[in-house]
Amino acid sequence: MNIVVCVKQVPDTWSEKKLDPSDSTLDRAATDPVMNEMDEYAVEEALRLQEAHGGEVTILCMGPVTAADTVRKALSMGADKAVHVLDGGLHGSDALATSLALSKAVEKVVGAGGVDLVLMGSESSDARMSVVPAMLAERLGWPQLSFAKEVVVEGTTVKIKRVTDDGYLAVEGETPAVVSVVEKINEPRYPSFKGIMAAKKKPVETLDLADLGVDAGAVGLGGAWSRVESFELAPPRTAGTVVTDDGTGADQLVEFLATKKFF
Amino acid sequence: MGEVLVLVEHTDDEVKKVTGELLTLAARLGEPAAVYVGAGAAAALETLGGWGAARVYVAEAPELSSYLVTPVVAVLAQLVAERSPTAVLLASSAEGKEIAGRLAVRTGSGVITDATDITAESGSITAEQPVFGGATVVRSTITTGTPIVTVRPNSVAIEGAGGAAERVDVTVELTGAATGARVTGRVVEEKGERPELSEAAIVVSGGRGVGSGENFSVVEALADALGAAVGASRAATDAGWYPHQHQVGQTGKTVSPQLYVAAGISGAIQHRAGMQTSKTIVAVNKDAEAPIFELVDFGVVGDLHQVLPAVTEKVTARKG
Ligand SMILES: Cc1cc2nc3c(=O)[nH]c(=O)nc-3n(C[C@H](O)[C@H](O)[C@H](O)COP(=O)(O)OP(=O)(O)OC[C@H]3O[C@@H](n4cnc5c(N)ncnc54)[C@H](O)[C@@H]3O)c2cc1C
Ligand SMILES: Nc1ncnc2c1ncn2[C@@H]1O[C@H](COP(=O)(O)O)[C@@H](O)[C@H]1O
Repeated sequence: MNIVVCVKQVPDTWSEKKLDPSDSTLDRAATDPVMNEMDEYAVEEALRLQEAHGGEVTILCMGPVTAADTVRKALSMGADKAVHVLDGGLHGSDALATSLALSKAVEKVVGAGGVDLVLMGSESSDARMSVVPAMLAERLGWPQLSFAKEVVVEGTTVKIKRVTDDGYLAVEGETPAVVSVVEKINEPRYPSFKGIMAAKKKPVETLDLADLGVDAGAVGLGGAWSRVESFELAPPRTAGTVVTDDGTGADQLVEFLATKKFF
Repeated sequence: MGEVLVLVEHTDDEVKKVTGELLTLAARLGEPAAVYVGAGAAAALETLGGWGAARVYVAEAPELSSYLVTPVVAVLAQLVAERSPTAVLLASSAEGKEIAGRLAVRTGSGVITDATDITAESGSITAEQPVFGGATVVRSTITTGTPIVTVRPNSVAIEGAGGAAERVDVTVELTGAATGARVTGRVVEEKGERPELSEAAIVVSGGRGVGSGENFSVVEALADALGAAVGASRAATDAGWYPHQHQVGQTGKTVSPQLYVAAGISGAIQHRAGMQTSKTIVAVNKDAEAPIFELVDFGVVGDLHQVLPAVTEKVTARKG
């Protein structure tokens, strides 16, 4: 079974994120880049499926030059090879453009040897849109099996448990399919020393827009179908009252809640 | 004035409150029209009309509930083609966003997710979104196609000056890719009387300080006294003390209730990302240095195992 895993490089979630005033895109220089945490779970799930069913795991990452580190990390976890979509024209791409570029890259891998599954995180920690997996499925015309907390493959059928507000939905579809995972699905492995050394020799193919056959006008800031008009920092919260419980803490809290008419 | 389509969020027997909020916003942009996909439309007509829907498009063929997301996209895409609406509004739920994303690809339209306000100025629609956990507020317009916007629950108060809604039945044909993801079962792991987390007006959340799964009963008791939903930090869900669906934060739900109570939660940046747009924030934590206190309107430095049960008792007593 051949699997493509989409991984995104994002700012470390521990850092404060900012927009760049010059073009209203994420100021990536201000933060340390890391692999989107949810995507580590997707890589882990791919490796587990590979252990059970064989085949190849290909990492697919669209991002600037620094994203090569994220690609290496995924390879050092155990993936076989990678495709890095890298083109200055992609700067400022929205989810629509991202899904377009990713779909063309997946089609390339399909052409090179076939793909049974695309595994993704269900959300990126910077954009937090949770739409790229659905958009990718739409573009490829493949079944969308998203927000999975469990994935089982039986022959050509993929069965997932999709998390809902009060439980889960059992959903299934035939390969090739797009699957996105949530962070309760497994415990991602740490790259071993051997894995880190091996990753240095694994093939990474770099593709630009021309390689993908994507028109530069369809992606990047210029190709976006929505436009940021303005942004501002949210006003800081005004300092509240903090009391130390000396036995009357509960009374004081109840008084506060009552004044605010919360009960 | 053009029609503004609002996708109805509903369970089998109940329309979710966020639908009323969407219809309220829709009325600012044009003529609100609801789109109801699935069973139960007849019972919902009156509510939707009351919330201002002039029309309710109903697609209730049973097979529409047999596949994930795509049938709703098919219904909306057909209505977009037939009715050329001014905009399409959906709730910012996991499914709402996925539907919006696919609809955007299919109709060649721009999409904005997680909006908290929408305004129309000189023919274009501007949406306001908090990003980076609420630290920055962005205003954007959609420049291509039919604007598609998903809106967070609790963003506006329902105004609903409406009357009766006209029912218009819609049929779609599901072909090829629309039947790719088959829903084979629905499992409800817990069904209580508490409000749904992302829609609740009050949320009481517990973190590592709660100490165990059993101890979450003190969090639940306060939630019940206040008519609130229960939330949890990732430390608590990772420990298996409370179900994952209740996780608030970066990789959990984003909530924006009138009141958020954080008990035994330190206030890590990833937790704040899911709750810091709450209108009023209260914390109980035994560490006076915990970062959560930087956000609070009212905080108690103390042991939650003492403070929470006492608050529950007093609230219950005062309610009579
Ligand atoms: C990529 C990424 C994504 C993440 N996503 C999320 C997310 O979605 N949601 C989330 O919540 N976290 C998330 N986290 C984890 C986050 O960094 C914190 O680890 C987590 O929020 C801590 O949970 P906590 O506040 O319950 O625990 P702690 O930080 O351990 O805090 C426990 C608090 O309880 C207090 N306490 C202990 N005993 C008592 C008592 N008896 N009475 C009163 N107070 C007491 C302590 O003083 C302490 O402040 C994420 C982390 C990463 C790296
Ligand atoms: N630039 C990218 N490169 C590779 N994968 C991506 C990229 N952007 C998003 N994804 C994938 O889509 C998922 C959801 O992202 P989002 O829709 O942005 O929340 C991520 O977890 C990734 O698996």
